[in-house]
Amino acid sequence: MLQRGEARLSSVLLLLLILSITWLLWSGLYKPLVVGLGVFSCVLSVYLAHRMGFFRHQALLGLLPRLPGYWIWLLREIIVSSIDVAKLILKPSLPISPTVVVLEAQAQTDVGQVILGNSITLSPGTVTLDLHEGKLLIHCLTNEGARELQKGEANRRAAALERK
Amino acid sequence: MIDIALDILSWILLSLGGACVLIGGIGGLRLPNFYTRIHAASLTDTMATILIFVGMMLQAGLTLATLKLFAIMLFLLLTGPTATYALANAALLSGLKPDAGTASDKPKENTPE
Repeated sequence: MLQRGEARLSSVLLLLLILSITWLLWSGLYKPLVVGLGVFSCVLSVYLAHRMGFFRHQALLGLLPRLPGYWIWLLREIIVSSIDVAKLILKPSLPISPTVVVLEAQAQTDVGQVILGNSITLSPGTVTLDLHEGKLLIHCLTNEGARELQKGEANRRAAALERK
Repeated sequence: MIDIALDILSWILLSLGGACVLIGGIGGLRLPNFYTRIHAASLTDTMATILIFVGMMLQAGLTLATLKLFAIMLFLLLTGPTATYALANAALLSGLKPDAGTASDKPKENTPE
């Protein structure tokens, strides 16, 4: 673990920088006490991130630049599926057909798989029930939702995020 | 002129967000069992959050408050699905079958304990 100390140091510093900028933007107060508290909470956050194994997942900071593009695509998906689910709920006949599907994640890293799972949960109509060794168990409100999911566009895009 | 247009747009977004919360609530009551009700909750969680926050950002204009609102929205959207996953996974692990279809999971009345 220690032999990769250098790579870790750079990502520690990068995280510290991001946190400090965030704090300064947020607080808008530059009194010594407030800034001191800011430094304390930044260092505490980095320590907690280290304890949680954040720095073992190098991929996380590396895929940050590609995230906004992914978010825009995800936003479109969310809007489309929200309208679908809202229609379903409001129809008097309540035409739901709950389905459970297993999806094999194309993303190799933990981070990529978590992003995929959370994106699926985030879009209404599909919820990730379980993520184990690259297999996602997904509950869909309708058959069509399940079929849409198995076409694998979300899967491909999440995997593309982590590609270097 | 632009002010009025922004106001109108933000009111539309806020109203749509409120409608999403309402539809999510209706869905929570109408849908038959636990796993399907989660879907209704995710409508409130996701779409309503986005619409209401974008509406508020338009009200705040180009200020630091907008940036803060955007960050709050981002944090909600990042933590929401994690909480949903924890809930759904706990239900799965405690033995609630997800393939219950459209059957209600309400306990039958008068069942002997």
